[in-house]
Amino acid sequence: MSTASQTTPANLVVRDLRVAYRSTGGGAILAADGVSLSLRSGEVLGLVGESGCGKTTVARAITGLVTPEQGEIELDGARLARRSRAQRRAIQLVFQDPFASLNPRRTVRSVLAELLKVHALADGAQRERRCVELMELVGLPAGALDRLPAAFSGGQRQRIAIARAIAVQPRLIVADEPMSALDVSVGAAILALFERLRSDLGLGLLLISHNLAVVAAICDHVAVMYLGRVVETGPRGDVFADPRHPYTRALLDAAPRLRRDRAEGPRLREETPPPGTRPSGCAFHDRCPRAEEICRRDAPVLAAVQGQPGRLAACHFSHEQHRGGRPR
Amino acid sequence: MSPAALEVRDLMLSAGDHHRRWPLVDGVSFSVDAGHSIGIVGESGCGKSLTLRAIMALTPGAIAIDAGTVLLGGEEIPLRGRRIRATRRGRMSMVFQDPQSSLDPVHSAGAQVAEIARRVRGLPRAAAWTRAIELLDLVGIRDAPRRAHDYPHQLSGGMRQRVMIAMAVASEPQVLLCDEPTTALDVTVQAQVLDLLDALRIQLRLALVFVSHDLAVVGSICEQVAVMYAGRFVECGPTLEVLARPRHPYTLGLRQAVVDADDGGRLPRAIAGELPDPSARPPGCPFHPRCDFADDACVQAAVELAVVGDDERRAVACLHSELVPAP
Repeated sequence: MSTASQTTPANLVVRDLRVAYRSTGGGAILAADGVSLSLRSGEVLGLVGESGCGKTTVARAITGLVTPEQGEIELDGARLARRSRAQRRAIQLVFQDPFASLNPRRTVRSVLAELLKVHALADGAQRERRCVELMELVGLPAGALDRLPAAFSGGQRQRIAIARAIAVQPRLIVADEPMSALDVSVGAAILALFERLRSDLGLGLLLISHNLAVVAAICDHVAVMYLGRVVETGPRGDVFADPRHPYTRALLDAAPRLRRDRAEGPRLREETPPPGTRPSGCAFHDRCPRAEEICRRDAPVLAAVQGQPGRLAACHFSHEQHRGGRPR
Repeated sequence: MSPAALEVRDLMLSAGDHHRRWPLVDGVSFSVDAGHSIGIVGESGCGKSLTLRAIMALTPGAIAIDAGTVLLGGEEIPLRGRRIRATRRGRMSMVFQDPQSSLDPVHSAGAQVAEIARRVRGLPRAAAWTRAIELLDLVGIRDAPRRAHDYPHQLSGGMRQRVMIAMAVASEPQVLLCDEPTTALDVTVQAQVLDLLDALRIQLRLALVFVSHDLAVVGSICEQVAVMYAGRFVECGPTLEVLARPRHPYTLGLRQAVVDADDGGRLPRAIAGELPDPSARPPGCPFHPRCDFADDACVQAAVELAVVGDDERRAVACLHSELVPAP
């Protein structure tokens, strides 16, 4: 088994991605509207936002499960349009709910062995060895191979789903809320596993979550989405310490914390507008504590944040710090 | 002193077959006063939801209630039998984890709230509808007179959970049991729902029992906390004290597993191993196979919950609680 393919850079570039779904009324809902992202191999990019912001749609477009209307997805400089088998192999998806993503009638071994066979990655004794090796990589005993998903807990199932994803030696894993269906203590172990796979296999990881704190624990870069668009992006530490979009600030303040009675920041009012509706100007203005007249009128563009290299924010006030109500 | 709004004494639940039985909830006791809150926290399968269901008399048939007393405002209520509904009606309510499957898809949100006001509180139809709109407004649904006509599928996850809470308080209960009510929600909506429950607790003088696997969530809403492991409370006390200085290794583990927004960039630590199967609990302290501090004594005998320090509410079930480091 050559691991060379796993160590070369997997430069994922998403440019101006636009995905629309047809709605029952005959209209179209823009789930992703001009999303651009990039990710180097061995890096973790966190994609954060509330339900309905389009983060899962972006994941599905990157893995080829939905066809974008517009925009380009490139892996290692090659444009992914009609994907070859090798290209499909290169990007793997881990789903949120490990109780729904595994076939209850198939043993772990049969799932993994089939992948190795179909993609001609290993045969005979080699296939057997590789199955055991995959179990080791995700922290399960080799004895687990001959059992059905029902024999496993949620955390163990998620490990099996991850083994399935890495079995085909992908360049990039897209994990869509991989901890949301799990207990906090189990979710922590899954995060640690991703962290190890990233450093051991040099995998790129796109981690999707509604919780910015979770993403901040392992990501190198963060992109925050609101209503189909990226509103802030940059290196993890910078975005976390000094968010330049009020929405990022609000997401940070909403995460429960241990060292105080309750989070002090102002709560986000209401919820995201229903799909298909988009407020005028800055789409966030009706929930934003900082909004002024200009926000209701003009939509801000995603632009470089003054004096902060590598950071972009779509806010008329991105030159300000958004401290929320909490002293830092 | 008036009796606690809810008191549970020595609750024991078990499962099994003709040959062998094993405990699922093993001697749980706690109490909560009107206008106050307690959280029960632990991993899936520790018995926390089952405890709530037993209080609400909703345990599945395969689970036996072996012992235990539940007192509502000082009065004992039965845990099984024909009078379980009559003794709870209008006095305690429960909010479940998944609002999608708890709401009836063929009735409007307002009709479902009004039905409770009508049946439990005996309001006439028109008055019940008015009351439903008041309640939907109370739980923070904007434009309630119009949204009351919406069906569950027209509402977001957060709105549905607000409707569930409106239904729960429509019967004007003294006790509100919450079983992971925010687990299915985004963090932003979770924060809103926690604020709402906290406000209702104070405004309606509810005794709130809140169950979650997330210590940070419990920490942000409950005054008291009980940490549950393998069917027992292993640590309890005022939430801020327990969070600041856990005395049980399991509490420390739960605390380190939380991704803390104040600690951006720290990788959370998982607790090694898994919760034991209730039918095959290890001898002695059930946490010993996963515990960093365990020695022979922990394997030999189970440890009872005992008060530590001056505060009689602060108790821990660990032989080596003095070894547990500050987080």
